[in-house]
Amino acid sequence: MAGKKTTFEVYRGDAKGGARQSYETEVGEGMVVLDVLHQIQREQAPDLAIRWNCKAGKCGSCSAEVNGKPRLTCMTRCSSLDLDQPVRVEPMRTFPLIRDLVTDVSWNYEVKKKIKKFKPRAPDAPDGTWRMDQKDVERVQEFRKCIECFLCQDVCHVLRDHHKHAEFAGPRFFIYTAALEMHPLDSENDRLTDLRERDGLGYCNITKCCTDVCPEHITITDNGIIPLKERVVDDHWDPLTGLVNLVFGRPKG
Amino acid sequence: MADIQTHEYDVLIIGAGGAGLSAAVVAAAAGVKVGVVCKSLLGKAHTVMAEGGVAAAMANVDDRDSWRVHFADTMRGGQYLNNPRMAELHAQEAPDRVRELEKWGALFDRTPDGRILQRNFGGHAYPRLAHVGDRTGLEMIRTLQDHGIHSGMEVHMEVTCTRLLKDGNRCTGVFAYDREKGRFRVFKAGAVVLATGGVGRAYEINSNSWEYTGDGHVLAYDAGAELQDMEFLQFHPTGMVWPPSVRGILVTEGVRGEGGVLRNKDGKRFMFDNIPDNYKAQTASDEEEGWRYTQGDKRARRPPELLTRDHVARMINREVKEGRGSPHGGVFLDIAWIKPRVPGGAEHIRKKLPGMYHQFKELAELDITEMPMEIGPTTHYMMGGVRVDADSQMSSVPGLFAAGECGAGLHGANRLGGNSLSDLLVFGQRAGQFAVEYAKKNGRGKVSEDEVKKASEAALAPFSRSGGKGENAFQIQGELQKMMQAKVGIIRSPGEVQEAIGEIAQLKKRGQAVVVEGNREYNPGWHTALDLHNLLTVSEAIARAALERKESRGAQTREDAPGKDPEWGKVNLIVKKGDDGQMQIRREPIAPMRPDLKAIIEEIG
Repeated sequence: MAGKKTTFEVYRGDAKGGARQSYETEVGEGMVVLDVLHQIQREQAPDLAIRWNCKAGKCGSCSAEVNGKPRLTCMTRCSSLDLDQPVRVEPMRTFPLIRDLVTDVSWNYEVKKKIKKFKPRAPDAPDGTWRMDQKDVERVQEFRKCIECFLCQDVCHVLRDHHKHAEFAGPRFFIYTAALEMHPLDSENDRLTDLRERDGLGYCNITKCCTDVCPEHITITDNGIIPLKERVVDDHWDPLTGLVNLVFGRPKG
Repeated sequence: MADIQTHEYDVLIIGAGGAGLSAAVVAAAAGVKVGVVCKSLLGKAHTVMAEGGVAAAMANVDDRDSWRVHFADTMRGGQYLNNPRMAELHAQEAPDRVRELEKWGALFDRTPDGRILQRNFGGHAYPRLAHVGDRTGLEMIRTLQDHGIHSGMEVHMEVTCTRLLKDGNRCTGVFAYDREKGRFRVFKAGAVVLATGGVGRAYEINSNSWEYTGDGHVLAYDAGAELQDMEFLQFHPTGMVWPPSVRGILVTEGVRGEGGVLRNKDGKRFMFDNIPDNYKAQTASDEEEGWRYTQGDKRARRPPELLTRDHVARMINREVKEGRGSPHGGVFLDIAWIKPRVPGGAEHIRKKLPGMYHQFKELAELDITEMPMEIGPTTHYMMGGVRVDADSQMSSVPGLFAAGECGAGLHGANRLGGNSLSDLLVFGQRAGQFAVEYAKKNGRGKVSEDEVKKASEAALAPFSRSGGKGENAFQIQGELQKMMQAKVGIIRSPGEVQEAIGEIAQLKKRGQAVVVEGNREYNPGWHTALDLHNLLTVSEAIARAALERKESRGAQTREDAPGKDPEWGKVNLIVKKGDDGQMQIRREPIAPMRPDLKAIIEEIG
C-alpha cells in the first residue's frame, strides 16, 4: 500500500520556548494524526513527547491542535486533511506547556475538586435503592459521556485569550456541575451560588465554540450551560422564588 | 538520596483504573493515609475502554438469576481452573458493589420499572450486565474518580514504578520516576496494592493502550512473588481489522448481546457449525431461537455467537484460515440485519451502541446500521497474574497485594465478558480493605538505601551507554510484538513457542544495549526502554507456561494436543523467579472444591 508523502510541522519545545519542526513522512490508508505522530516518533524523533492512551476516542488524552483546531489526534483522520499542504500539529494553547505536544492540565483537576460532590437523597424503594426513569437518566447521561479531553477548555476564549483561569471554571466544569444538578438523586443545594460567585458562569457569552469541538458531541451550551444560567438567575434574582426558597427550601431536579 | 523525592503512606496503590480506585476509596474511608501512583492522568486508565457492562447477579431482568448461577457460569467459563473461593466471593459481592457505584453517582441504563437494566453477554445464563450504553467502563472510572477525589487519597499522576522495595521479605515501598521531569521518587508504605492491569502490548494486534506492559506482573515477579495461569491470554473475538491503523481496537461483545451475528464471506452463520458439548444444552438450535433470546424471550436459548470468547475467537480464526474470511482477513459482524425486526430500526441500533456507531463512522467510514463490520480476534485480557490469597488478595510476598487484571484466580482458563469490571470492584475493594488491616498491624516499613541506589542506576542505564551502534527501544518492542503474535498466538505449536523463548532471550540481550536520545523530561524513548524489561519478562512467562501445558483448554489452544486432558484440569501453573535469576515453572495441584460449592456446580452444570 503506497503512502502519500506528507509534511507534518510538529511543535517541539518546552516552557522556555520552541518552534514547529518539519517531518516528512508517509501517510497510509486510514491513518489518523496520532498514527503519524507515532511513526515520526518511531522513525525520526524518539523523544517526541505525546500524551495518549486508548487510541479509540474514549480516554481523551491525545488532545492537540491540528491546523489550529482543537482535536483528538486519535480521531482525526488524515484523509480529512489537505495533505498537499503541511499539516500543523501544536499543543493545546490554553494550558502551560510541559514538552512538545504535552501540556500541564492539572488546573482542571484542581477546579473539579472544589465542586461540591454528589449527595444522593435517601433511598426510597422498598429494597433500599432508588427507582429512576430512563428518560431522566438520559438527560444526565449526555453530560456523563464527557471524556475529559479538555478541548472545550482549550477553545474557550475566556480561558484561551483572557486567561481567567482563576475565576472561571470553563465549559467542562459547567457540564460537570450540570450533570450533578440534574442528577435524579442529587440533593446538594449550594452549587448555584458557587457557579455565580466562584466559577464565573456569567463570563460565558454562549459562543458555542465548546460545543463545536466536543468529540463526544455533547451539546454543552444548549443543554448544559444555558439551563444552568437560567437556574442561577432564577435562584438569585427572582424575588418570589427567593422567598419561596427561603421558606420551603430550594427545589431540585 | 538527596535528589530523590520521598513520600510516605500507610497504603500505596499502583494503578488508577477500576481496581486501583476501588482499593483507594475504601482504604481512604478507613482513615489511613493513602497514595495512588498512576502511569497516566487520573481517569484515563484502560478501564475507560470497557464497553459492555459489569456482571452482577441482581436479577433485575430475569428473576431466575442468583449468585449461585453466576458462580457456576464463571467456573464453567474458566474450565474449572478458577479459584472457587474467588468465584464465590465475586458472585456474591458484585451486586452490592454495583449498587455502591449508584450511591456514588453512577447512572446505569434502566428497566421499565426504574431499576438497573441488565443485558445478555457471552457465557452468562441470564441477562446480567449492568451497563451504560456501550461506555460502562467510562461511567465506572468517572464515578470512582469523582468520589475518590473527595476521599482524601493523594494521587501522583504520570508516575511509573520500576521496582518494588523490600525490608527482608516484606514489601515496603516502590521506586518510581515521574514522566514530566524524569525525577526519581521513593514511596514508602505499610502495604502496597498492585492494580496495574494487563500485558496486551506484548502483541502486535491488541486492544490495549501503551500502558499495558505487564508492570504489576513483573514488579511482583522481580520481588519474588508467584505468578499463575500465565498461559491463559484472552483473544477477544471482535477487534476492528480495517483500516490497518485501527487494527485491534475493541468491538464490544454488546453488539452480539443486542442481536449482532457473525457471518463468513458466503453469508453463513458459521457459529452454528461447532458447539462445544458442555454448552449444547444452553445453545439455540436455530437462528430464530437465538434471535428471540437476544430480545428477552426467557424460553429461548442463546445464539452461538454468545458462546465464550475463547471458542468464538477460535472459530473466527478457522474461517479465516480456511479461506472463508472477509476481504481484510476477518469475518463479518452484522447488526444492521436487525433493523426490520426492532422498533425504530437504525435509531435503535444507534441508541444501544452509540460508541460503536461513532467508532466505525469516524475510524472506518462505515455506518453499522447499514453495513456489516469486519472484525477479527485481538489480544485483549490476561487471565494470569499475581497469585493471591482469595479473601485478602495478598500475594506470596507479605505486604504486597494485587487486584484486577494483574491478579489471578477468578477467571481460570477463560474470562467471561463483564466479569472483569465486577472483578475490579469486588477484589479492588477487598485488596484495599486487607491492605489497610496489614498496614495497621505492621506499621510503615523501612526501605534500603542500597536497593534505591540500584534501582536508580538501572533506570539511568539507557542514557549512560555510549552511542555508536545502540539499539532503539521502539524497534525491539515492535519485533517482540510481531514475534509473540506469530509464535505464541491463538493457536500454539510447541516448536514455535520454543523458538519464541529463544528469541525472547535474544531480545533481552539487545534490550541491554538500548541507547536513549534526549534528556529525562517527558521522553517516550526512555519510557519505552524501561518498559521493555516488563514486556520481555511477561512474554517469557506466557511462552513458558504455554509450552508446559500440553493440552487445549480455555484460551490455551495447542495444535499438537487439541483436546482437554483431565490430568491438566487438576493443576495451575506457577511461575517464579529462581534463586539463580532464571524463570522457574511448577505445577500446583488445585485444592478440592468445598462440598457446598461442588453441589452448586453439580446442580447447575
